[in-house]
Amino acid sequence: MKISSPADLARAAEKENTRPRPPLRILVSMGTCGIAAGTAEVLKELYRQIKSRNLENAVEISEVGCMGLCYAEPVMMLLDEQNGKRFIYGNVNSSQVSAILDAGINGPAVGTTTIERNWYYPENETPADGELQARIVLRNTGRINPESLEQYIASGGYSALAKALTTMKSQEVIDLITAAGLRGRGGGGFPTGRKWQFAADQKNPEKFIICNADEGDPGAFMDRAVLEGDPHSVLEAMAIGGYAIGAHQGVIYIRAEYPLAVKRLENAIRQSRECGLLGKNIFGSGFDFDIEIKFGAGAFVCGEETALIHSIEGKRGEPTVKPPFPAVQGLWGKPTVVNNVETFACIAAIVRKGSDWFRSIGTAGSPGTKVFALAGKVAKVGLVEVPMGMTLRDIIFIIGNGIKNNRKFKAVQTGGPSGGCITAKNLDLPIDYESLKSIGSMMGSGGMIVMDEDDCMVNIAKFFLEFTLDESCGKCTPCRVGNRRMYEMLEKITSGTGTMETIEKLKILSHTIKDTALCGLGQTSPNPVLSTMANFEDEYIAHVTENRCPAGVCAKLIRYTISDRCVGCSLCSRGCPVNAISGERKQKHVIDPDKCIKCGVCFNVCKFHAVEKN
Amino acid sequence: MACNCQCNGNRAAIPPEWQEKFDILDQYIDSLELEKFPDRKRGCLIQILHRAQSLLGYLPEELQDHVAKKLAITRADVYGVISFYSYFTDKPIGRHKISVCTGTACFVKGAGKVLDEFRRRLNIREGETTPDGKFFLGALRCVGACSLAPVVMVDDKVYGNMTAEKVADVIKEYED
Repeated sequence: MKISSPADLARAAEKENTRPRPPLRILVSMGTCGIAAGTAEVLKELYRQIKSRNLENAVEISEVGCMGLCYAEPVMMLLDEQNGKRFIYGNVNSSQVSAILDAGINGPAVGTTTIERNWYYPENETPADGELQARIVLRNTGRINPESLEQYIASGGYSALAKALTTMKSQEVIDLITAAGLRGRGGGGFPTGRKWQFAADQKNPEKFIICNADEGDPGAFMDRAVLEGDPHSVLEAMAIGGYAIGAHQGVIYIRAEYPLAVKRLENAIRQSRECGLLGKNIFGSGFDFDIEIKFGAGAFVCGEETALIHSIEGKRGEPTVKPPFPAVQGLWGKPTVVNNVETFACIAAIVRKGSDWFRSIGTAGSPGTKVFALAGKVAKVGLVEVPMGMTLRDIIFIIGNGIKNNRKFKAVQTGGPSGGCITAKNLDLPIDYESLKSIGSMMGSGGMIVMDEDDCMVNIAKFFLEFTLDESCGKCTPCRVGNRRMYEMLEKITSGTGTMETIEKLKILSHTIKDTALCGLGQTSPNPVLSTMANFEDEYIAHVTENRCPAGVCAKLIRYTISDRCVGCSLCSRGCPVNAISGERKQKHVIDPDKCIKCGVCFNVCKFHAVEKN
Repeated sequence: MACNCQCNGNRAAIPPEWQEKFDILDQYIDSLELEKFPDRKRGCLIQILHRAQSLLGYLPEELQDHVAKKLAITRADVYGVISFYSYFTDKPIGRHKISVCTGTACFVKGAGKVLDEFRRRLNIREGETTPDGKFFLGALRCVGACSLAPVVMVDDKVYGNMTAEKVADVIKEYED
């Protein structure tokens, strides 16, 4: 298939849409978490059953990307498009496949878990009442086969590129993105249109457009989902961006921890080249564009754009001072635009549907949607896409179905190691870039880690600091040395040797690092400390004045004792890895506090709640 | 390029048992068409190191020399990159690589206890290999499977919903 004009593209879409197809489609989610949860075995069983039942012509199986229902993986969807019927099954195992096929579209099958859908696809469906989620970034993810270019084209793919190349001037594309108010989804929130304008204004025959797929924030996996579930949408958007700024070469910088995403991207690039959607003279417009993939190698700081550029150049991924901004002097010294995966995933939809449509979603200052990776102690862990301006309460308590095991909500961490925690008092704040900043957190790439009453906030702050400490490139002193000192102070506090003075010093040092570090990583590294201090100062104080960890997490401040409820079953003493528990059978046992390593095994194995933690 | 490390240009020779793998690597390097942009050769360094590490398991000195020569950069340049990125290692590691995810979601769900249990059972710390060369224990930051937290990866296999109690079973799976 060669596509060299918009008419060719329309024909390809028509061909795929009108191809005779079985009435029933079965979508199986084959993203990384689906596969880890066992989707591959389910899929194998499905193919086996289809074959043995001679259903090859009655059922079409689509291996799709993440459907966002991570808590219920493996997930399988039965879809009858003509009659608008669907069933979504969660936690499927191979033994249920038979029953699911028996029930077919008249299901649900007995003995299975079905899931109510609460999202919609905006380009071809209108939201039903009560549906909180939208789908712009994830419009194809979990719906089409990411390895099929035909399916992407059939759902409108590459029509935005065709429109931009054949009917719009470069400047018109930039104006459209500026008018739409799209802001960088990697966390900074910088207006994408303006970034493109800067690069377009540079008079240089060679420019680059880079897709930042170095999703390093622990707990964020939206970029992975897009790359695994809809790789062509990123390629299409990069070509549009290349046309807008005058770049003929795109680079995708992706982290090595995402092998499946790499595989699907490589496949997508190959397909697009074969069809002429990448390469010379795309859509007969005279515009040339190609994309190559570059790999990260496990360095969080490479998400910072100057560090990322150095990494692509084969150097240590150390950031440099801006200006010069990459838009002026970037990769190999040429004007360069670096955009995040999620930002790119919005572009084609904006070109197709216009800036007014995009602005009609979200808030005035932050139009559009944001994808959040909802994880931690929330009941329904998943990938959610919501219009900007939704409250955290709706996201956590309605979409996420509240806290696991009926525990109490304590805080939610957004923005990863650069962000801060948000407490119950701000649950009703409509979230966008500005509102999150105003309460000491940030949008970040969209990881949302929910914490409950069992989490110690001082320990959480220490965790994030350990992360930045590990990932600091060491170039500037505030980050390299300052964060080390901060970590030591937190270590003191959590081990019970801190004082009120430690807390005060910690606060001062946090502000110093914030003001003096070289790049975004260092400047934001004290945020978790500052925000937990602002919201949970009492916990810090309890650690230093009462030598007590209110959440019962900090091991050095915990003491395990055995109460009179002990019946002498000896389960604890047999489980104790350091033989710290002694006692005759059927007699009360005792823990030797000097030997105890506070591993908590005795606490967990005791059936009589006799082991007490305080 | 002149070498300043006082080795008098006597770079480490390639041991014969590696020759075949070095040949495969050379083929890969040639396929990258480095001469297309002679001043941008270095841009391929990281992908070459990835390929090399997948072939040899680690990045020994001989290899660093070899790659440096191919790209016309110093060995210090190559070593600087290897030491910067956590994915690369210049020491041989165990046959099975155990990586405990210590991302945020895994952390709040108890990855620390899982890691402690691996440490205790294998009697090594992170970044170390067991004396029999069987297991390497490491921590990694987020495989993006947060719904299954805490997560452990052994080689390419992901184990979800891990607990300290399941650690022994996982280790057992890799007993010979």
